[in-house]
Amino acid sequence: MTCEAVIREISNYLDGDLDTTLRRAIEAHLADCKDCQVIIDQTKLTIDIFCDSEMVELPEDVRRRLHETLRRRMQAARK
Amino acid sequence: MGLLFIPSKLHPLSTPNPHRLPSKIARDDEHELVTAAKSGDQSAFEELVSRYEKKIFRLTMNITRNNEDAEDAMQDAFMKAYSHLNGFEEGSRFYTWLVRIAANEALMRLRKRRPNQFSLDEPIEGDEEMIPRDIEDWGPSPEQRYAQSEMRDILNGVIDQLSPDFRVVFVLRDIEGLSTEETASTVGISVAAVKSRLLRARLRLRQKLDRYFRKDGSH
Repeated sequence: MTCEAVIREISNYLDGDLDTTLRRAIEAHLADCKDCQVIIDQTKLTIDIFCDSEMVELPEDVRRRLHETLRRRMQAARK
Repeated sequence: MGLLFIPSKLHPLSTPNPHRLPSKIARDDEHELVTAAKSGDQSAFEELVSRYEKKIFRLTMNITRNNEDAEDAMQDAFMKAYSHLNGFEEGSRFYTWLVRIAANEALMRLRKRRPNQFSLDEPIEGDEEMIPRDIEDWGPSPEQRYAQSEMRDILNGVIDQLSPDFRVVFVLRDIEGLSTEETASTVGISVAAVKSRLLRARLRLRQKLDRYFRKDGSH
């Protein structure tokens, strides 16, 4: 299996979305190819960093406007 | 529920973990809150809003990358959820249902603001760029080299550089934890297109983080 073929399957590999034959072929390649192993590890870490990060905060004024707007619109909807 | 990053040297042949499942933020009383809200209890719905407002704002902000659109999309999503509560099937997760409503609101605004930059189901060409070059180890816990605010700036800067096509799929699939099929149906593209865009999004984000995380700090 070539490095290019492994890279094309990285997503499916990380998601556990490969059949056994292909997964084993990738793992055989990874055992001898440090570069591909590094890319897979870094891709997985990239996903984890984004998942675990607090990259967007809800500003207090936005939160306040949300609740005010919802209360107003919910009351209007009930009339 | 986070998966720990396991250095490859320790587990070179381990079976890959399936990608993380959506975080279990649903609490035991969610079902009761939804039932109460359905019967007209406004305070129960407000409790649901308080519980998920931060996550929904993160979602609408990550899709639109525009403060005004993100706020409007969040407000309309919660209001739409309130109006359609009776259509929510209680066997499914309220949060997942809410995410799909909010994603639709955000996508609508994104398409309106950037009509020429967001394609529906066009094939993405150009595999050559996918193959990483100049590969270098990041070392252990590279993200810990940065303070939280620095890290936030890095991640926002990096995700801003992704095209909307790729960003939306990455946000829904990887950050919000929708399945491939749910992502496809929410965005209105095929499962194959989701997989193709997700692969490219992940590789591009890795590549863009590389300049911050490589051991020699060469950015």
